[in-house]
Amino acid sequence: MRVDRRSFIIALLITTTLPVRGWAADAPLVAITAIVEHPALDACRDGVIEGLKQQGVAAETTYESAQGQPATAAQIARSFVGMAPAVIVAISTPSAQAAASATKDIPIVFTAVTDPVGAGLVTDLARPGGNVTGLSDLSPLAQHLDLILEISPQVKTLGIPYNPGEANAVTLLRLMTGYANERGIQVVEATASKSADVVAAARSLAGQVDAIYVPTDNTIVSALESLIVVARQAKIPVFSGDTDSVARGCIGSIGFDYFQVGVQTAAIVARVLKGEKPGDLAVEVAQGTDLVLNPTAAAAFGVTIPEAVLSRAAKIVGA
Amino acid sequence: MSLISFLGAVELGLIYGLVGLAVFLSFRVLNFPDLTVDGSFPLGASVCAAAIVAGLDPFTATVLAILAGAVAGWVTAVLAVRFGILHLLASILVMIALFSINIRIMGRPNVALLGQTTLFTPFEGQAFLSFDLARILVELVVVAVITLLLARFLHSELGLSLRATGANPKMARAQGIDTSRQVLGGMALSNGLCALAGALFAQANGFADVTMGLGTIVVGLAAVIVGETLFRLKGILGALVACLLGSLLYRLVIAFALDVDMLGIQASDLNLVTALLVGFALLAPKLRARMRAAR
Repeated sequence: MRVDRRSFIIALLITTTLPVRGWAADAPLVAITAIVEHPALDACRDGVIEGLKQQGVAAETTYESAQGQPATAAQIARSFVGMAPAVIVAISTPSAQAAASATKDIPIVFTAVTDPVGAGLVTDLARPGGNVTGLSDLSPLAQHLDLILEISPQVKTLGIPYNPGEANAVTLLRLMTGYANERGIQVVEATASKSADVVAAARSLAGQVDAIYVPTDNTIVSALESLIVVARQAKIPVFSGDTDSVARGCIGSIGFDYFQVGVQTAAIVARVLKGEKPGDLAVEVAQGTDLVLNPTAAAAFGVTIPEAVLSRAAKIVGA
Repeated sequence: MSLISFLGAVELGLIYGLVGLAVFLSFRVLNFPDLTVDGSFPLGASVCAAAIVAGLDPFTATVLAILAGAVAGWVTAVLAVRFGILHLLASILVMIALFSINIRIMGRPNVALLGQTTLFTPFEGQAFLSFDLARILVELVVVAVITLLLARFLHSELGLSLRATGANPKMARAQGIDTSRQVLGGMALSNGLCALAGALFAQANGFADVTMGLGTIVVGLAAVIVGETLFRLKGILGALVACLLGSLLYRLVIAFALDVDMLGIQASDLNLVTALLVGFALLAPKLRARMRAAR
């Protein structure tokens, strides 16, 4: 056995005895990790760091990216647990799951996770229990409904086209129906299981509804133009759940500015640093801050966007 | 490096050691450059996670995962051997197909196993074992058993035919070995191992994600080559153990790279630092030999 034993042992010793970074005892450590470098996730991280400053919290921060590999995310999680930080901030679902499986003691604040219950991070949004809480970036449906009512106050029935095969879309439909019913608005469903069926779904809504809300459903969004053509003929205003669809002919939507999502996350981190237990802090839903409007599209539906709404817009699209 | 991050590296090193063995089987023994592993690793994780969530016991779920991986490897081999598609291309086809299939199996891109009963559950929370050590112990036993069985298999008549197929197919056929059947079986075995690694990863880390296969082949190859170069162990068992040691060292290097916080190294440099360290580890024995010769 001709092992190059000495180089192995030397390499092992070097890697294991490297000094553990020392942190000043008076400044708690906030260890941040994300699954990959991505404009939205990076903005979220910067928001967390900036938000902590705004909260007046003196905390050291460190950041690691798994560069797209869940195995590295698992390793980062262990490495963080070894540093014994005051809080671990996990951006994205896989990073949060890796952190949650690495420690049951160190507080974890997740962010940019759409479905924390489905991801197994918490069992109850209102009372998470355990060491995990955070911020969900679920589509801000209530804010979308507010926007629809502000621009078209006469809406009594709302049409929602969706693909029953998309778990995400079914969840959104259920939640939106709940919000709409609370305000006495009736929801009419129209299903399309493939993009070719979207035209038929749109026609079935024509004459039945006062407005159409397109949730973030990949099938409907991919055939959005065919729906908009039908809706324009019938003069039914169309609103979307994602901001990218606004430029394609929807009147408007509210989306996330991920820097602000990070700032909102920092507020939760600050509460944990001040001694509150993560298990007692309800999971928050990110505030939609980016209002995107398309006045040209609105005109095509015969709708004028009120000046009060236009003045709040973060972005106006459409020539 | 803290003890916890060291143990985390050992844990992942053991799991990815199985990937190292899988890649050793395809690349070294069968001489079949196989990229299917990028798909069969998450396939193992998805099947295992979906089965556990559906209420099956973790042992059955893990066996199902191994079978699914074996089927994936078998399909690649059929495409290559029976239909004459270039082996690299055949494995890429199966790999990209598995991305969609994995989403189908799980019903969504990510399934959580946090709080579910896994293979590790019976051993966690025992008084005499800490949380991390229990997992490592289970993995160590699984990996050791697999390695010994594999070494024994490769010494058996069937295993020798497999090795002959990779080493010299013409000669093997002249000896009456059905080489296509050997490739089919060998590829099924290799990807079954890789799926087992995926299933263990999902259970140890609490989730299966469709993107988790990314770069599996790179990690597996790194384990094989680092192991071969640094630990020149004799015999088949030696070669297998070298793969495991290579995988452990690779993970320690990443843990080390995560710890370095000097010379303006930033988080996004992680992959570069890892590549440089592995490259250095590969060069070190040669540099030392040269220094000795100069003396």
